[in-house]
Amino acid sequence: MTGYILRRLLQAIPVLLGTTFLIYFMVFAMPGDPIVALFGDKTPPPQVIERLRAEYNLDKPFIVQYLIFLGNIFQGNLGTSFSGQPVSDILAQTFPVTLRLALLAVFFEMVAGIAIGLVSGLRKGSIFDASALVVSLILISLPIFVVAFVAQYVFGIQLGWFRTTVSAGAPIQDLILPAIVLATVSFAQIVRLTRASVIDTDGQDFVRTAASKGLSRTRIVPVHILRNSLIPVVTYLAVDFGVLMVGATVTEGIFNVPGVGRTLYQAIIRGEGPTVVSFVTVMVLIYLVVNLLVDLLYAVLDPRIRYAK
Amino acid sequence: MPSSRTRPDQQHYVAPIEETPLVAIDSVKAEGKPTNLWTDAWRDLRKRPMFWISAALIVFVVIVALFPGWFTQTPPNNDCQLANSNGGPTEGHPLGFTKQGCDIYSRIIHGTSTSLSVGLIVTFLVAVLGIAFGAFAGFYGGWIDSVLSRIGDIFFSIPYILAAVVIMSVLSAYRNVWVISLAIGLFAWPATARVLRAEILRVKNSDFVMAATALGVSRFRILLRHVLPNSIAPVIVITTISLASAIVAEATLSFLGVGLPSTTMSWGNDISQAQTDLRTAPQTLILPSIALSVTVLSFIMLGEVVRDALDPKARARR
Repeated sequence: MTGYILRRLLQAIPVLLGTTFLIYFMVFAMPGDPIVALFGDKTPPPQVIERLRAEYNLDKPFIVQYLIFLGNIFQGNLGTSFSGQPVSDILAQTFPVTLRLALLAVFFEMVAGIAIGLVSGLRKGSIFDASALVVSLILISLPIFVVAFVAQYVFGIQLGWFRTTVSAGAPIQDLILPAIVLATVSFAQIVRLTRASVIDTDGQDFVRTAASKGLSRTRIVPVHILRNSLIPVVTYLAVDFGVLMVGATVTEGIFNVPGVGRTLYQAIIRGEGPTVVSFVTVMVLIYLVVNLLVDLLYAVLDPRIRYAK
Repeated sequence: MPSSRTRPDQQHYVAPIEETPLVAIDSVKAEGKPTNLWTDAWRDLRKRPMFWISAALIVFVVIVALFPGWFTQTPPNNDCQLANSNGGPTEGHPLGFTKQGCDIYSRIIHGTSTSLSVGLIVTFLVAVLGIAFGAFAGFYGGWIDSVLSRIGDIFFSIPYILAAVVIMSVLSAYRNVWVISLAIGLFAWPATARVLRAEILRVKNSDFVMAATALGVSRFRILLRHVLPNSIAPVIVITTISLASAIVAEATLSFLGVGLPSTTMSWGNDISQAQTDLRTAPQTLILPSIALSVTVLSFIMLGEVVRDALDPKARARR
C-alpha cells in the first residue's frame, strides 16, 4: 500500500511540472501588456513601467521567468497579484467559500441522487423509473448556465425564496441556490449510477440467499443491496467533489460567489499571469491528491481490490 | 419419443427455469448468419423508440444547419430595428425580438450551423488524438504507455473550460469556429484516450490476438486490424457524448465572453447577450437555450441507446 502511494506521488511530479509549464506558456503568450493595463487609460512614465517590469521579472526571457516561478513555488511562495495582494492570501479567502459550496452541492446530489436512484433500481420499469430516466437525461443536457439562470429567475426573482446573488462573506443560506444548481448535473449521473448498480446487486446470489433465509425486504434493501451498490457511487461523489473544488467558473460567476472559479476567471481575463499560474498549480495539486484518495477509497470500500507492492 | 411439451427444436423435455428460458441455451441455429457485436447492436437499436427519436432530431438539426434558408426568409442580422427591442411575437416574427431588435427565430435557425460545426470539429479532433494516444499507450505498454499516459494526465488535470478560456485569450485576435474548436478539443481528448486504453488492455490478451501473433502478423498490423476494431465500441459512445459537451462548451465560452465574436451567429452569444435582461425579457434567454438543450439532448440520447445496445449487461437493466 505504502509503495503504491509512493509510486502514485512520484508519477504526480512530471504531471505537475508539465501542467505548470503548459499553463505558464499559455499565459505568457497572452497578448497585451499587463503592466500598461494596470494603469487603465492613463499612460504611466516609462521609468515606472521599467521598474514594475523588473519587479515582476517580466523583463526576463520566458524560461527564466518560469524557473524563478518554480523556485518560488518550492519555497512555498506563490507570488503577489498585480494589485499587491499575496496570492496565498487570495487563495485563503476564496478556497473556504468554494469548499463550502462544493460540500453543500455534494450533500444535495448525494441525498437526492441515491434516494431516487435506489427507488428507480428497485422498481425497474415502473412509471417512477421511466420519469426519473427522462428527467435525468434532460438535466444532463441542460448547460449549467441555463439551469443557473432559470433557477435565479424562478426562485430568486419570481418566488423570492433566495437572494439572486451571494452577499458578502458568502453565508450558507445564500449558497443553497448555487449549490442546488451545481448539484443538478451530477445528481442526474448519480441517479443513473445508483440505479444500474442497484439492479446489478439485486440480481446477485447473496441477495437471493438473504431472501431465502427469510429476511424481510426492509432489511435486505438497506443492508444487502444498498451497501453493496454504493461503491461506484461513493467514488463518483469523491471525483465530483475534486472537480467542484477546482472551482465552478460559470455558476460562481452567475451567482457572484467569491470563490476560486470566479477569481481565477477574472485573473485570466485581466492577464494576471502569476495569479493564474499559482491558482492552477494549487488546483492541479488538489485534483491529483483527491484522485489518489479516490483510488485508495476504492480499495477500502471493495475488499476485492488490492494494490500490490 | 418427444413428449407433447417439448419445443420443436428440443430433443426431450426439461423443466423450465424461470431465470433463463431454455430456448436461449438449447437452440442455436447452425445454418443462420453469424452475428457480431454490430449486427446485434443494430437489431437492438431498431426496436427502440428512443433511438429513432434522437436520430430524427439529429437529422432535423443537420438539415437546419445546412439549409437555414428553407426555414426562414428573415435575415438574422441586417433587418434589426431597435424599436423592436425585446419585443414580443408579431406577424412574421413568431418568437419575438432580441435586445437589438433582431428576429429571435431567424437567429436561432442561423445559429445552428455554428454549434454543429464546433461540435463536429471538436469531435474529430478528440477522436483522432484520443485514439492515437489511447491505442499506442494501451497496446505497446511499457515506457510508451508511461509517457503517453502522463501527457494525457497533464491535459486532463486542467479543467478544459478554464484551459479554453486561456487559449481564447491568447488567440483573441483570431476568434472563429476553428480556433474555438481547437481550444476545446486540445484539452478534451484524454477522457477518450483513457477509455480506449482500458479497453485495449482488455482486448490485447484475447486468443485471436495470440493467433494473429502466431501467424506472424506484424505488431502494428495486429493493432490496426484486430485490436482496434474490437475495442472501438466504447469510444463511439463517448464520442457521441463529447459532441454534445463540445456544443455546450462553445456556448459556455461565448457566454463567458471569450467565445466567438458577437457578429457570429451563435446560441451561446445570444444567451450571453440576453442575460442582463433576465428580469424584463426572459424569453430572449430561454428560447435559444431551448434550441441548445434539445440539440444536446438528442446527441446524449443517441449515445445512451448506443451504449445500451453495445453493452449486454445493460440490457438486463431494462
